[in-house]
Amino acid sequence: MQLSRDALLRAYRQMKVIREFEERLHVDIQTGEIAGFTHLYCGQEAVAVGVCEHLSVEDKIVSTHRGHGHCLAKGCDVNGMMKEIWGSREGLCKGKGGSMHIADVDKGMLGANGIVGAGSPIAVGAGIACKIDGKGHVAITFSGDGACNQGTTFEAMNMAVVTKAATIFVFENNHYSEHTGFEYAVGTQKDIASRAEAFGMKVWRGDGTDFFSVFETMREVLEYVRVPGNGPAAVEFDTERFFGHFEGDPQRYRGPGELDRIREFRDCLKNFRKSVTDAGLLEHADLDALDAEVLEAIEESVRQAKAADRPTAEDVLTDVYISY
Amino acid sequence: MAKMMYRDAVVSTIAEEMERDENVVCLGEDIVGGMGTPGGPEAIGGIWSTSTGLFGKFGADRVIDTPISESAIMGAAAGLALSGKRPIAELMFADFIGVSLDQIWNQLAKFRYMFGGKTKCPAVIRMAYGAGYNAAAQHSQAVHQILTGMPGLKVVMPTTPADVKGLLRTAIRDDDPVIFLEHKALYGVTGEVPDDKDFMIPFGHARLSRAGQDVTIVSTGLLLGFCEAVADKLVAEGIGCDVIDLRTTSPLDEEAILDSVEVTGRLIVVDEAPPRCSLGADICAMVAEKAFASLKAPPLSVNPPHTPVPFARELESAYLPSVDKIEAAVRKVLSYR
Ligand SMILES: Cc1ncc(C[n+]2csc(CCOP(=O)(O)OP(=O)(O)O)c2C)c(N)n1
Ligand SMILES: [Mg+2]
Repeated sequence: MQLSRDALLRAYRQMKVIREFEERLHVDIQTGEIAGFTHLYCGQEAVAVGVCEHLSVEDKIVSTHRGHGHCLAKGCDVNGMMKEIWGSREGLCKGKGGSMHIADVDKGMLGANGIVGAGSPIAVGAGIACKIDGKGHVAITFSGDGACNQGTTFEAMNMAVVTKAATIFVFENNHYSEHTGFEYAVGTQKDIASRAEAFGMKVWRGDGTDFFSVFETMREVLEYVRVPGNGPAAVEFDTERFFGHFEGDPQRYRGPGELDRIREFRDCLKNFRKSVTDAGLLEHADLDALDAEVLEAIEESVRQAKAADRPTAEDVLTDVYISY
Repeated sequence: MAKMMYRDAVVSTIAEEMERDENVVCLGEDIVGGMGTPGGPEAIGGIWSTSTGLFGKFGADRVIDTPISESAIMGAAAGLALSGKRPIAELMFADFIGVSLDQIWNQLAKFRYMFGGKTKCPAVIRMAYGAGYNAAAQHSQAVHQILTGMPGLKVVMPTTPADVKGLLRTAIRDDDPVIFLEHKALYGVTGEVPDDKDFMIPFGHARLSRAGQDVTIVSTGLLLGFCEAVADKLVAEGIGCDVIDLRTTSPLDEEAILDSVEVTGRLIVVDEAPPRCSLGADICAMVAEKAFASLKAPPLSVNPPHTPVPFARELESAYLPSVDKIEAAVRKVLSYR
């Protein structure tokens, strides 16, 4: 189905926001001003956006340690996120969570997660809630090629099948879990979706560096899971991560020229621009204008994050039900 | 003696023990680093550099890089231990113990007793713990609080590179499951380490790191250095502190603590885990029971608050016991006459 001009512009803008958010963090982290562990989502934008462009606030997502892209795509506030990562008390989680724990439950974003594999069971619960409510909403769990090896993921898949939860397992295969290749760690012949199939789910596969592939695949997946009684489904997207596992990773496990190659040929933003301009759907100038606007929005979020209030010692003791 | 970093004391001890005993095997996530990648095995090594070079020396059968499957890693350690091997399993962050707790708590820890003493279970579970990196609630916790209370586990918390060497060797040669907690903020600390390849430190023997007669301060890990700084500062005021490094929380060297408190009459325990049911509370209660007559002031435990570990720099430093908080506690127990 043909996307409207507005929908195309919106999808591109969403991917670009994630890209520039991450590129800027990559730069700012070098200065030492940002604390903690940060895992950047650059390279995988087409997955988050191709999935979340189909969702409403009533649909839920559960994310991972590499969560910025999912959060932004699901509608978390850019400024609130930047402030959180900078550790401000004005951040989305008051500076208590940081990069790995961004959440905005009101937006249907049930949390990034520092524990690999912890998200899928949570998405089963959210998917059961969707089933009970019967309004055709869904819960989506994002997992990597590393997380797919956790027992929690296996348990969640089987439980989603037997409870007919309205849960979608989105596997983002970026070929690496930390410093380990998926060819070593994933036993099912380089394939994750076949595991979900074996648990009794209908599965799809798509190109996670191509927005249109993700978007069209997800249209089918969602049409299926939104039908009450159909139960869960799974989809595997082949994708790329452009930066290290975490900021500071020397990435010696990559092959010669690998990063240049994936930036050249597997960049979802470049691919999007080429397809829409080749097809005459958008002009370069349209996209250039968005690029400039997004850069300014990210710049503004950093200005705000730097100026925002810092937390104090008293803030440690709030939001805990019992104090001693 | 050789100068060595805390992390290098870990690797070199493992290597020496693997050399000495072919039944010693290692397993854990990314302990080889680079498996199945263009860069190949050992392209990068584990994130703490606590297994560097082991794969090259001992090969894939004995240095097992695992998928992200903590429950299976700990269970495999249990199975290896019941099958004549001496596994050293690594949990990248102590916080991930949640994923694997059954295999440690209900399996490894209980075999010897449940099976009527008929079996040995020589497994070492190493893990990086503690705050100081702004790694937030799921990557910063001190987990000795939950593990120390579990019958069937020995719990080791080394503070210096020499103690890493002596205690890790004891752990590997021990016939029972040992939890070996490495503070991630200490990995880069350097110290003198004995060369002797049989250098061992027995469990349950605390180390006196400062001697004084007025206050007993008990701690271990990162916070021990804070306690030493307070003790050193107070010398100028004529206040003397015994600073006791526990080294192991189970077994606990009660004697060292009681002997000291009998002289000082004042006890402070400085503990990195939250206050309720903590190591601090446990030791204060033990001293109240066994040295009540010697006490000149109520025993005090200095802990973080009853909250998860917060992210932001300001929050994490307010969370952790600090030199100032420890000094205030010392002055408080001294204010009782
Ligand atoms: C339970 C648990 N084990 C290990 C880790 C350490 N860790 C964080 S991310 C990661 C790799 C995850 O790989 P994958 O699922 O492919 O996600 P990606 O990083 O590629 O996005 C590992 C091992 C963790 N955070 N939680
Ligand atoms: Mg991955």
